Amino acid sequence: MEFFRIRKDIPFMRHALVFNVISLITFLLAVFFLVNKGLHFSIEFTGGTLLEVSYAQAPDLDKLRKQMETDGFTDTQVQNFGTSRDVLIRVPLSKDAETSKVGDRVMASLARVGAGGTADSAGAVGAPTLKRVEFVGPQVGKELASDGALALLLVVCGIVLYLAMRFEWRFAVSAIIANMHDVVIILGCFALFQWEFSLPVLAAVLAVLGYSVNESVVVFDRVRETFKKKRGMTTPQVLDHAITSTISRTIITHGCTQMMVTSMLIFGGPALHYFALALTIGILFGIYSSVLVASPLVMWMGVSREQFIKVKVEKPEAVV
Amino acid sequence: MNRYPLWKNATVLIALVLGLLYTLPNFFGEAPAVQVASVKSTHKVDAKLMAQVEDALKAASVVPQGIVLDLNSVRVRLADTDTQLKAKDVIEKALNPVAADATYSVALNLVSNSPNWLTGIHALPMYLGLDLRGGVHFLLQVDMKGALTKRLDSIGADLRSLMRDKNIRHGGISREGQTVAIRFREPDIREKARAALADSQPDLLVVDAQDGADLKLVATLKPEAQKRIQEFAVKQNITTLHNRINELGVAEPIIQQQGADRIVVQLPGVQDTAKAKDILGRTATLEVRMVDDEASANPSIMEQAARGQPPAGTEYYVERGGRGLLVKKQVVLTGERLTDAQPGFDNQTHEAAVHLSLDSAGARIFKDVTRESVGKRMAILLIEKGKGEVVTAPVIRSEIGGGRVQISGRMSTMEANDVALLLRAGSLAAPMEIIEERTIGPSLGADNIKKGFNSTLGGFAAIAVFMMAYYLLFGLVSVLALSANMLLLVALLSLLQATLTLPGIAAIALALGMAIDSNVLINERVREELRNGSTPQAAITAGYERAWATILDSNVTTLIVGVALLIFGSGAVRGFAVVHCLGILTSLFSSVIISRAVVNWIYGRRRKLERLSIGQVWKSGLSAK
Repeated sequence: MEFFRIRKDIPFMRHALVFNVISLITFLLAVFFLVNKGLHFSIEFTGGTLLEVSYAQAPDLDKLRKQMETDGFTDTQVQNFGTSRDVLIRVPLSKDAETSKVGDRVMASLARVGAGGTADSAGAVGAPTLKRVEFVGPQVGKELASDGALALLLVVCGIVLYLAMRFEWRFAVSAIIANMHDVVIILGCFALFQWEFSLPVLAAVLAVLGYSVNESVVVFDRVRETFKKKRGMTTPQVLDHAITSTISRTIITHGCTQMMVTSMLIFGGPALHYFALALTIGILFGIYSSVLVASPLVMWMGVSREQFIKVKVEKPEAVV
Repeated sequence: MNRYPLWKNATVLIALVLGLLYTLPNFFGEAPAVQVASVKSTHKVDAKLMAQVEDALKAASVVPQGIVLDLNSVRVRLADTDTQLKAKDVIEKALNPVAADATYSVALNLVSNSPNWLTGIHALPMYLGLDLRGGVHFLLQVDMKGALTKRLDSIGADLRSLMRDKNIRHGGISREGQTVAIRFREPDIREKARAALADSQPDLLVVDAQDGADLKLVATLKPEAQKRIQEFAVKQNITTLHNRINELGVAEPIIQQQGADRIVVQLPGVQDTAKAKDILGRTATLEVRMVDDEASANPSIMEQAARGQPPAGTEYYVERGGRGLLVKKQVVLTGERLTDAQPGFDNQTHEAAVHLSLDSAGARIFKDVTRESVGKRMAILLIEKGKGEVVTAPVIRSEIGGGRVQISGRMSTMEANDVALLLRAGSLAAPMEIIEERTIGPSLGADNIKKGFNSTLGGFAAIAVFMMAYYLLFGLVSVLALSANMLLLVALLSLLQATLTLPGIAAIALALGMAIDSNVLINERVREELRNGSTPQAAITAGYERAWATILDSNVTTLIVGVALLIFGSGAVRGFAVVHCLGILTSLFSSVIISRAVVNWIYGRRRKLERLSIGQVWKSGLSAK
């Protein structure tokens, strides 16, 4: 089998402007949603209490909500988690002194519904069993956000430095621009659909950043090699050649990684759902941005043959 | 010719054998067990205890699968969870006849089913995080300001006895915020006091101050002393938590410092969070203070105090039994001076009581105070979560020496037990607050393992099928390399006993999904070399060599991400980062070195190699081969 039977280098660079305009528009849209809607942070960031309970039969969520309200919980979220018998309850931080006791109080409240103690006892579904409780105090969330930002900064600096060392600063800068734009687009999707942004999602976003830089590295590697080996090609031609000769690897690798991620989406259950979703978006945009955004950027920044050949010319002079 | 030197083949072989060895324990699973450990340092875990456990089980006709004695515990392996529960009761009864005064902690646990020779080479199953095995996780924040105020309180008490010893007359010692102020009438006495302070309290920074007609010495803690006290407070709290958790009976608890002022507590397998939280969250400390008898006898002052306006220097408390009283803010003694607390009964009234033993400094202070205050009342307060409660406020009948003190006052036997446990387990050097709590039920844990495992397996299968269909024999080699990668990764995780969490399993899956990249790069390069007309053997060599630079670069960038996550991540992110980093290292080894070894083994010796089984190599302009 051979999927990619390409006779000539595909003239990607001829359409460079179009690709960049598309990605600029997506980028701006993502920023717009981020600013306008904001991220839906999980309680790890915001603080609060989260309970996952499981019922023998599917409970009526409205009834649960009503009972919680009468028991003095305001602004809680009650929703199904995975199956109709599993319920996830989020209680935001309140100014009460005993925030760490909220979990017990919620369970008491749910038990009342389960026992049919409410006015309408037809909805009795038995007491729920507690599967998971998480409580996060207000001190923790802020730190997580700042640690996340610091991690991102370290990643960006590290990658730029490494690429500048191994290649050229032009490559480093354009790779990081292209891939930061991926990160913003993932975040934009999370803002648009109000998907929950949790710690694993943060990890996924950063992993995607490293992963799509890979992509740019593979292409740049080829660019360097082509510059060194083949004379008489213009910069756009070199870039086209590099992209064309790696495109098969790009698609296959991403396809394989995506198979793994899809498997996580299917079998991983709700706990890994958003993690896998962030990876999916990241992988799809990663191909696009690292190939079709990073390369034109390099071209516009004025990469040329001399930057790679220079080193070779200098060496013999130094010896003589 | 593509042949590896012997040492390279040997390295691959050794790595694989070690990988297999250390991965093995994960397949044996775990059996329910009961773990017995000593709570008191005077009682050692030894063969005698093992025999005792054995006898107790025999007497109750519970048949154990095996009894193992290790460094600090005896573990009894049992057939199923029912016998496990029964065995726990039996052992508990035999070893701790008095439940209140437990010598040994008896806890439910799991032990690995792997054979002894594996355990002997430290091949253990992966260490599962709480989200996979179920249990409770707490993050506690130590109140550092509280630690300093507490220390200043006890310094105040020390200064009082110092002034008395040196015969320096002063106009009162009080803590004001984060300082201790001593008042004087005359300047030369103040100078004398200053000299005494400089001798005996090197931690204090003393400055002069004037407050109206009064001369004052204001003492603050030096910054280095503050730092030492805070470090000590965290250490002391960790020790205290250890003691308390030992009394709870949890197998393999984790109690660690995190950052400057936080403590992580993880209790695997604990389901009764309410009890755990109760024991951990209780920040009970003992304080002995004097009762302001005059004011307490005055009804109008008491009425005002009950409304929240007690006279200066006193606090209003309600004694057990309902009567209010005013207690001076001055602390005579704190729980730090306590060496032991045991529940018992009062000799005369047969009321439940707690017997306290004080250390020598505490005993001396107690003796002095009781001698000077015969006929007055003394309040013993239990401070929990910043709120004090007067347990008892007896009248001092005579001087009490020897450091033996008894608290009794309308307590039930249960309460006496609890108070003794809390006091004995050591007081906390500073109050703590739970700032993060996570409880995961055991069924959810098992569910998470299953989901994580299925995701990895599903993805792996899909990749394997595709690779073999697309690259044929080279695809098979890639899949073998990928399997070796997984084997090594699991072995490394087992060997390091790094905590595996659900994000960690996701990281394993992702590591595999990304690791295939290296093999795709290699295979594509080999095809390209063939396309350009190289001979098969040359194509293999060139393919691997050319791909290596790219593989290295792309893995380093991924590793940068992993390291950043490792440095800044906590909890879920750290679990992900550890596996991510290890996965990159193992994938570099397996996808390049192991896969090359296999390729060499298949093709390396053949001199006349016509073609490689790497799928169709399509050449531009020619029809497919």
